[in-house]
Amino acid sequence: MLWALLGLGAGFTAIPLFTESDYLLNLGVQLFLAVALAQSWNVLGGFTGQITLGHAAFFGLGALVTRTLWGNGVGILLAIIPGILVCIAFSLLIGGLAFRLRGDYFAIGTLALAEMLRIIVGNLLPGISTIPSTALTNYALLPRYYLGLALAALVVGVAAALARSRIGLGMQAIREDEAAAAASGVGVLGHKLLALVISTGLAGFAGGVFAYYHASYYPQYPFSPLWSFEAILMSFIGGVGTVHGPVLGALFYTILKEYLAVRLVEIHLLIFGTLFILIVLLLPGGLVEVWTRFRRLVHRGS
Amino acid sequence: MILAQQLILGLLVGGLYGLAAAGLSLTFGVLRVLNVAHGDLLMLGGYVTFWLFSLWHVDPFLSLAAVAPSLFFLGLILYCVLFRFVVRAREEVRIKNSLLIGFGLTLVFQILAIQFFTADERSVTTAYGGEAIKIAGLAIPLVRLASVVLAFLVLAALQIFLNRARWGRAIRATAEDWEAASLMGIPVGRAYLWAFALGTALAGVAGGLVSVSYSISPTIGLEWTLKALIVTVLAGLGSLFGSFAGGLLLGFAEAGSGLLLGGAYREAVGLGLFLIILITRPQGLFGSR
Repeated sequence: MLWALLGLGAGFTAIPLFTESDYLLNLGVQLFLAVALAQSWNVLGGFTGQITLGHAAFFGLGALVTRTLWGNGVGILLAIIPGILVCIAFSLLIGGLAFRLRGDYFAIGTLALAEMLRIIVGNLLPGISTIPSTALTNYALLPRYYLGLALAALVVGVAAALARSRIGLGMQAIREDEAAAAASGVGVLGHKLLALVISTGLAGFAGGVFAYYHASYYPQYPFSPLWSFEAILMSFIGGVGTVHGPVLGALFYTILKEYLAVRLVEIHLLIFGTLFILIVLLLPGGLVEVWTRFRRLVHRGS
Repeated sequence: MILAQQLILGLLVGGLYGLAAAGLSLTFGVLRVLNVAHGDLLMLGGYVTFWLFSLWHVDPFLSLAAVAPSLFFLGLILYCVLFRFVVRAREEVRIKNSLLIGFGLTLVFQILAIQFFTADERSVTTAYGGEAIKIAGLAIPLVRLASVVLAFLVLAALQIFLNRARWGRAIRATAEDWEAASLMGIPVGRAYLWAFALGTALAGVAGGLVSVSYSISPTIGLEWTLKALIVTVLAGLGSLFGSFAGGLLLGFAEAGSGLLLGGAYREAVGLGLFLIILITRPQGLFGSR
């Protein structure tokens, strides 16, 4: 499976060599952002089992900080780092307190953070944020594409490394049974906080890439609960708690959304909302589970 | 003077926070599911009131008599179609799944409302909407005052139901310990159904009152869910009047901080309260069991 991911990465690296189609490159950037959002949510919500409904808070914070710095003349790569750090700081503020209690406190805290930031940012910065005119005239899609690809590769790489590591095992043990994990010597709070830092930091990175990619948007837009929803939905479509699930989910979602958004502009979100509820109820393992069941069936048949 | 006026307005909106929270904490307390779509049920209730008023000129306070049963019915459907399956799991999984499903429902309701009702902001404007009671130079808007009083009365009626009625007691017993309740011969599933539908009806009534005193739009759901969640964290579970008081407190604090920090940061107070509770009462008002 890891080879498939590497192959996918190589394929995406090569795409711009063969085509200069803006459509494909734009779709690529959106896909990379989707992969990063889903996989970063998955580290916390999937591996560690700490459901958050406020992932958009960190995506938005990263976008806000990076955009502000970049707009004031800081280089984009330098501007992304403070965005990541701000995300980690905010997440530790809430997670550090909430994780001592039960998981639902954390879900509420992050949801509250995302909504409140969205409203406050909307009040303070009501206008559209547009990149400086010099940057606009020199706007090139290719660096955005490769930065997005680097982001996606990093996020998937981190998740893959984590899944094979001792720390990742600890996280999964916490997800399965917190008390048993603690009894087996897993430092529960430390593991949760580490997952939180990784997850929100990567979300902040994704926000930074979003800020670099989008020419103009309302500053409160990346804080919209829709981003949290997308992250969770993609993870669930593919398979929560696996490395390749969120990648698969992001591919599926991005392409299907592209297809539906043109044809069923208004109700395509309705379809995704319903699909999501059905998956949570009927197929909590996502596409990955379908695949494993299918393989088992084939093996039994032969 | 401005301060006192603002604080009064804060208390008045707080009463509705309390009503919204009471419904949420009823469902959470009994079923142990955290319905994030609670605010969207509130939004739907608001639209029922709005349409009854603008199509047939039904007085908004009178229309609550239609809002409550229709939302109660919606609650029955939602429970039978979705949440019935959620409550089968053990508690942690229940909360997790209900969070996720509620989040999906939020989106579904929101899109449906935009489709059918358009994204416009709506409010019910009655002939008596502008009237206010003036005491010592302070103006108390009549409609908002009536809303809070009504919210209180609804909660009082529900409390009497929970204390006296057969099914009310069954619900309380289930909230206390569902296994014991089940052993005593209480049909726990039926108690869940009742509690969920009642919580939904409460959200509907709150929505109706919001549409008279303030305004509604398809996207207000999450905001109201959050207010209700924060009030529930603040006030704890198990007491409807506790929720009401918590709502008043949140409204009061919001108004106060709005004056101190400026309107733009008004929303931050909820998060601040949440964090303060985590620091000062970490045993968890919310998770008290």
